[in-house]
Amino acid sequence: MILHPAALALLLIALLVSGLGIYAGYYGVRILARWDPVSGSEEQLELERRTYLISTIMSYILSFELMSLFLFVYTADDLHTLFTGAMCAAGTLAVNPFGYPALLIKIVNFLLAGVWLIVNYADNKGYDYPLIKIKYELLNLLVPLLALECCLLFAYFAGIKPNIITSCCGSLFSRESVSLGGNLSSLPHLPMQMAFFSGMIITALSGLYYYLRGRACYLFSISATVTFLISTTSIISFICLYFYELPTHHCPFCLLQKEYYYVGYLLYATLFSGAVAGIGAGLLMPFRKIGSLLHIIPGIQRSLTLITLVCYLIFSLITVWKIVFSALKLG
Amino acid sequence: MKNVQKAIERHLNILEFTLASLLRRKAKNLSLLAMYLLVVFMLASLQFFVTALKREAAIILDDAPDMVVQRLMAGRQDLVPGSYASEIALIKGVTAVRPRLWGYYYDALNGANYTIMASDDPTAVAERASIGSGIARSRNLAVGDLLPLISYDKNPIMLEIGTIFPSGSDLIAADLIMITPEDFHKLFNFPSGQATDLAVTVHNPKELPTVAAKVASQLPDSRPILKSEIMRTYQSIFDWRGGMTLVILTTSLLSFIIFAWDKATGLSAEERKEIGILKSIGWETSDVLLLKLWEGTVISLTAFLLGVVLAYWHVFFLSAPLFAQALKGWSVIYPRFQLIPVVDAYQLTILFFLTVVPYTTATVIPCWRAATIDPDAAMRY
Repeated sequence: MILHPAALALLLIALLVSGLGIYAGYYGVRILARWDPVSGSEEQLELERRTYLISTIMSYILSFELMSLFLFVYTADDLHTLFTGAMCAAGTLAVNPFGYPALLIKIVNFLLAGVWLIVNYADNKGYDYPLIKIKYELLNLLVPLLALECCLLFAYFAGIKPNIITSCCGSLFSRESVSLGGNLSSLPHLPMQMAFFSGMIITALSGLYYYLRGRACYLFSISATVTFLISTTSIISFICLYFYELPTHHCPFCLLQKEYYYVGYLLYATLFSGAVAGIGAGLLMPFRKIGSLLHIIPGIQRSLTLITLVCYLIFSLITVWKIVFSALKLG
Repeated sequence: MKNVQKAIERHLNILEFTLASLLRRKAKNLSLLAMYLLVVFMLASLQFFVTALKREAAIILDDAPDMVVQRLMAGRQDLVPGSYASEIALIKGVTAVRPRLWGYYYDALNGANYTIMASDDPTAVAERASIGSGIARSRNLAVGDLLPLISYDKNPIMLEIGTIFPSGSDLIAADLIMITPEDFHKLFNFPSGQATDLAVTVHNPKELPTVAAKVASQLPDSRPILKSEIMRTYQSIFDWRGGMTLVILTTSLLSFIIFAWDKATGLSAEERKEIGILKSIGWETSDVLLLKLWEGTVISLTAFLLGVVLAYWHVFFLSAPLFAQALKGWSVIYPRFQLIPVVDAYQLTILFFLTVVPYTTATVIPCWRAATIDPDAAMRY
C-alpha cells in the first residue's frame, strides 16, 4: 500500500463518486420501476423531485471524473521515481496488473457520464420527461462501472511497493529486474497517419453536411466515434513522436509533462470532449420523433456537432502544426 | 450569442443574490467558514511542508556520489579494504573510485553527535578543522578557537578552527567536522589501508545499474547503493510520513464533513421561508439548486484560498511550527533552515480533492432537499 497524498485523494474521490453513483442508481431503479407520468400520486411527485437530485449528482460525478482522470495520470507520472526502470506514467501503471485497467475504466466512465448528461439535458427540455427510461437504464450501466473503478484503484494503490533500499546487500541488482520501460506496442505510423487524416476528414465532411442540411447524423456520430479510437491509437503511434522528436518513444503520458508545455492536456481535453459530443449526437437520433422533443433535439444535435467539429479541428491543427514544424521527419 | 449572454446574466444575478443572502446570515456562515478554513489550512500546511522537504532532500542529494559501495559483515556495515577500490576501478565504465573516511563522534559535553569526515583536499593542514555552524553555535566557537576532541585511545586532540561553513549549507554541514586523513586515523584509531565506504563515479548514468550489478557479483559481500535509490527512499519516506499524518487528519476531515452536512441540513426557519418566497414568486427548483451551488462555491473558494495563503505563511515564513517536530525528526544539533517555497498546481489539485470535493458531496443532498420544498409548506413552517 502506498500512502502518497495524491493516492489518498484519488481513493477518497473514487469512494465518494461510487457512493454517490450507488445512491443515484438506487433511485434510478425505483424510477424505472414506478415511473408513471400520468399519475399525480405522492410517490410520482417524490420521484420527479429525485430526478433533480440525480442530475445534480451526475454533473458532479462527471466533473470529479474528469479532474481525477488527469490527477490519476499525473500521479502515476509523479510516482515513477519510486520504481527502478520506470521512466514515466507508462512504467508506473505497469507496476501491477490493475494500473492500465483502472485507467481504461476511468476513461470509459468519463465518456459514459458525459453522454448521460447530454441525454439528461435533452430530457429536461421536454415537459413530460420523455427520455426518463433510457436515461436511467444508462445510469444503471454506469453505476457498476463506477464501483469497479473504485475497486481497481484500491487494488492498484494497495499493490504498489516502491523499490526502496533494503538492508540486504544489493538485492536490487543481484536478480534480473523486470523492465518497466515506457515502450508501449504501437502500430506502424504510415497507415495510421492515413487512417487518422481520413477519419478526421470524413468526420468533418459528415459533420458539416449534417450541420447545414440536417442529414446523415448517424454517419457523423459513427465516424466521430471511430475517429476518436483512431486518434487515441495515433497519439501512441505517431503524434507523440513528433512532440518528443524521437522515433522510438511511444508514450502517451509524457505529453502531459512540463517539457512539452502540457500540450497533452489540450490534446486529450479536445479529443474527449469531441468524442462525448459526437457520441451524444448519434445517441439522441432515435428520440427526435418524440412529440415534446420534436423541435428541441435537432437544435441540441447541431450544437453537439459544432462542438465535435471545433474540438477535432483544434486537435488536428495542433497535430498538423507539430508534424510540419517538428525537427523529426518520419520517412 | 444572445443565449449565452442571457445565461451569464442569470448566473451573475443569482450570484449577487447568493452573496447578499450569505451576508444576511453572518454568524452561521462565518462559523462554517472558520471550520472549513482550519481544515484547508492543516492539510495545505502538511502538503506544502512535505513537498518542500522532498525538494530539499533532492537538492542535497544532487551533489552526492552516483554510487556508494559499502561492505557488509554479518549483516552490519564494515570497513572496505583498499583492494576493493582497485577492483571496482577496473570495471568498464567506472571513471573514478574514491575511498571515503567518515564516522560519528559523540561529544559528552553537549550530548551531540558530530559527523567527522576526512578531507580530500591535499592542502589541508594537520590539527586544523573546518566545522559546521551548528557546532560553532552549540560550543560557542569562532575561527581560531580550539576544539578539543578525545581520541579512541583517550588522548586529547586539539583542533584549531580554520573555517566555519556558512549557514546556507546548514542542512548538509551543521554537524560536520572536516579534518585531514591523518588526524582522522589518529582520532578513531582507524586501521590504515581501509575506508568507510567507496564513492564510485560512472561516466554514463544509464550504466549505473549494470555497474552496480557487476560490483555485487564480483564482490559478494559488498552493497552498492545508487543515488537514485537514496533519492527514492527519501521520497517514499516523506510521502509515507505525509500520508500517515494525513490519515490521522482524516478524523478531523470526517468531523468537518459531518459538521458541513449538519449545517446544510439544519435550515433555519428564516431560510425555509426565503426559499418558499423565492419559489412562490416564480423561481424553479433548478434556480434554487443553482443558488445553493453558488453558495457552496463562494464558501469553498473563500475557505480554500484563505487556507492556502495562511498555510503558505505558516510553512515558508514560520517554518511550520505545528508539524516540524513530527515530520522533520530531531537531534541536538539540528540544522536551522528556511524551506524554499514550492507550490504547484498538482499540490493545489490534491488539496482541492481532499477538501472541496468532500464538502460538495456532503452538501449535495441537503441542498436538494432545501430546493425541493413546496412553497406553501415552507412559508407555513
